[in-house]
Amino acid sequence: MSYIISDFRHPNAKVNDLGLSKRDYEGALSTLCAGCGHDSISAAIVQSFFEMNIEPHKVVKTSGIGCSSKTPTYFLGRAHGFNSVHGRMPSVSTGANMANKDLQYIGISGDGDTASIGMGQFAHVVRRNLNMIYLVMNNGCYGLTKGQDSATADVGSAGKKGVANQFAAIDLCQLALQLGAGYVARSFSGDKKQLVPLIKGAIEHQGFAFIDVISPCVTFNNTPSSTKGYEYVRDHLDATGTIDFVPERQELKIIHPEGTSKEVKLHDGSKLILKKNSHDYDLSSKREAMNTIETVREEHKILTGLIYLHEDPKDTHAKINSVDKPLNSLSQAEVCPGSAVLDDLNAGFR
Amino acid sequence: MNRMKATNDFVILFANINGSGSASANNLFAKAVFRLGIPVSAKNIFPSNIQGLPTWFEVRVSEKGYLGRREGYDFVVATNGQTVVKDYQELEKGGYFFYDSSRRLPETLKRDDITEIGIPLTNICNENYTDPRLRQIFKNIVYVGALAYLFDMDFSVFEDSIKSQFAKKAKLIEPNIKALKLGYDHAQEHYNDICQLNIHRRNLTGDKIMMEGNTATGLGAVFAGVTVAGWYPITPSTSVIEAFESYCRKYRVDAETGKNKFAIVQAEDELAAIGIVIGAAWNGARSFTATSGPGVSLMGEFLGLAYFAEIPVFLVDIQRSGPSTGMPTRTQQSDVLAAAYASHGDTKHVLLFPANPKECFDMTVIGLDLAERLQTPVLMMSDLDLGMNTHMSDPIQWDESQVYDRGKVLDYDGLEKKKERWGRYLDVDGDGIPYRTIPGTHPTKGAFFTRGSSHDEYAVYTEDGKIYARGMQRLLTKWDTAKTIVPQASISENNNDIGVVYYGTSSFVAKEADDMLTDLGHQFDEMRIKAFPFGSEVEEFIKAHSTLFVVEQNRDAQMKSLLVNELQVVPDKLIEVLNIDGMPITAQFIVDEILEHINGKTSEEVK
Repeated sequence: MSYIISDFRHPNAKVNDLGLSKRDYEGALSTLCAGCGHDSISAAIVQSFFEMNIEPHKVVKTSGIGCSSKTPTYFLGRAHGFNSVHGRMPSVSTGANMANKDLQYIGISGDGDTASIGMGQFAHVVRRNLNMIYLVMNNGCYGLTKGQDSATADVGSAGKKGVANQFAAIDLCQLALQLGAGYVARSFSGDKKQLVPLIKGAIEHQGFAFIDVISPCVTFNNTPSSTKGYEYVRDHLDATGTIDFVPERQELKIIHPEGTSKEVKLHDGSKLILKKNSHDYDLSSKREAMNTIETVREEHKILTGLIYLHEDPKDTHAKINSVDKPLNSLSQAEVCPGSAVLDDLNAGFR
Repeated sequence: MNRMKATNDFVILFANINGSGSASANNLFAKAVFRLGIPVSAKNIFPSNIQGLPTWFEVRVSEKGYLGRREGYDFVVATNGQTVVKDYQELEKGGYFFYDSSRRLPETLKRDDITEIGIPLTNICNENYTDPRLRQIFKNIVYVGALAYLFDMDFSVFEDSIKSQFAKKAKLIEPNIKALKLGYDHAQEHYNDICQLNIHRRNLTGDKIMMEGNTATGLGAVFAGVTVAGWYPITPSTSVIEAFESYCRKYRVDAETGKNKFAIVQAEDELAAIGIVIGAAWNGARSFTATSGPGVSLMGEFLGLAYFAEIPVFLVDIQRSGPSTGMPTRTQQSDVLAAAYASHGDTKHVLLFPANPKECFDMTVIGLDLAERLQTPVLMMSDLDLGMNTHMSDPIQWDESQVYDRGKVLDYDGLEKKKERWGRYLDVDGDGIPYRTIPGTHPTKGAFFTRGSSHDEYAVYTEDGKIYARGMQRLLTKWDTAKTIVPQASISENNNDIGVVYYGTSSFVAKEADDMLTDLGHQFDEMRIKAFPFGSEVEEFIKAHSTLFVVEQNRDAQMKSLLVNELQVVPDKLIEVLNIDGMPITAQFIVDEILEHINGKTSEEVK
């Protein structure tokens, strides 16, 4: 692994509508283990934001603590990032979002960071319907402390230490569904083709978008006995349908035979195109989504793809009825009542 | 028997049942005293309960302007059967015992050194009102009316108070005034010339106001431009956010769209509350939270992050009696050390110590400026006594020329103009304070990664011990800068050898204690600490005195510890004066403690 990032740019490198190349969306060189699933997810994030023509500096990256939470350094180097404390990314994201509703927020967390220490904050940021992407890099173990089981490890799954986990696994997608998330998806770090459109859909989604990405830990949890290793996950994937993201102003290029695909419209007119398979269910039905996750699990498989989509137009700002202008841009004159009101005020206390 | 005689200098205790509507009647009474131009202090001594348990309300009327608590009751209004025995027995000799004579007092209650005043409150209300709810509520107003007669107070003040209180519910004016008159007339008929305690009009309150510290704090946050508040309900801090919200609704709703120029997020716990504040401040909005001791404990980890990553935080701590849940509705100054050094590792935080509602307002404004100027947490250490009781205070003021100090923030132009490489943690001015940037400012410049892990001057992760140490030392340079810009201690000096040190609500009784000591022939210099870190004036005052009494409301002499720790003072010269019972400290207590130290005698013995 090289520890020097190259400055070389291909003269003919593709640029997006903003005239930026993919390099402009990259970050520092990763210090994660070679082959770590998280790096593939970072690459998918880079590609998604590049292709979606999002100005990198208009993005805010937040994270908690753990291997996953290091990754915001490795993508969108022109964006401000905030590596906060363990399990508390949701509150920092909430505060940041309250200050400026005009930026795009992406929070990166891990299974320890979300399903254990940060469970409370995760639950409540979903409830608030904060306008953000919440992406969990889920490897079923605590990588940075050398491989202890996490709360998403399946019962019976064993990592490098060879001891099978005895405790019930938390399914973060089901939890997010139950708590009211409007956009729920699951993917696999080894399936960029599926992951990129899911991230794009999440970027477009107004409100809370949750993506649980199974991302094998090559060092501690990539054993044959683990249900979160590359081999097991590849063999047990079961998608809700092949997915493509079509931006609002783009013509539909993917042609599926009549009746074999369906469109899911996002608020701005963009679409997610799903090629139907045996799991053809109403994606806006929470009950059917729950049901399908359970059905697939009973078959010892992992449901991936877009699982649920319901656009709740009221994100946190709408719920608390805040002004359209970002709160951090209000001037002193706009927020300070000033001395004019003091006579009345003081009189009320006499 | 000698009946106590006094004009404008006595203490009345209202003994009530929580949730019975007595609070507004008692406040009506206290406000009437204030409106008669006489300094008054009112303290609500309430249980951690919503309804049914005993609650007391002390009103001290003091022409001399002593606003602290005084031990002992000269007049008791007993409306609570649960506590009547205790209330009766604790009444001062020569005092007056006012009770609802619809029922006879227990046979066991016999004292010949007090005057009993029985007014049949229940019977009067039953005769005059049919609605059971009104019967209960007006019982309180009837006793206020009776007091107006007994204390020879100008009745028109009460009428005016009722009229202004119910200006928007005019139909309540008449029945309230009627209830007042029922009490007044009954007392006049049956207790003519009995009570020798009087409240007579004076002109001693000037332009003062009566306000709760928490109300002033919430108002201060509105004036200071706070747009984001993250919070979790906890007594006694909740009313800070309630006040903030109610003033925001008054002054911060956009007239055209009806939308709010503020965001208040009730979080899932205190950890999230402080996380919200940090996220918002990091993203360029002024933000704050209010909590109490248990919340400060929970916020510790985040405070360390804000200290190390250098993010402005303004936190209001309304202290209550600890440790743990402690006495949640009693006051104390026992979070001083926990706040000063909150979080693991080497951390220290700026503290402010307000001592009246106006200072709550002013220090909220100053605190938000300091937090942004210093890019660090600032904690305002109020307490239950200051926060939840109504205090006489100078009026709120706002100077139109004052401009928020948003600190060192590089905007687009600032980044454009910068010739040398910008470093988020680079001290270019020598004051230990680097320049920060707000997300979204510039397409290619000024982005950085904020982290609680060690970083170099350019916000890049490092495990190089020398670079880490350099950063930690720079934070001390910043700490030294803080010493020069935090509010200075107020000092009154007259070359005395002995000094008394106060801070926060302990200073309510400073003037009274000083007068008492002067009467006994003792002259002391006095200092009131307003902030931590201590400025040079604090150090000089400590050095200039051979003995210093440090007056606090906690067990472990926390301010003394801070002084010893930070100023290298010889501990022996700082004498602890510590009140820890959860009740606001009294001047008598301070005088006793000081005299005991000086000559091994209490003031009673000296007299």
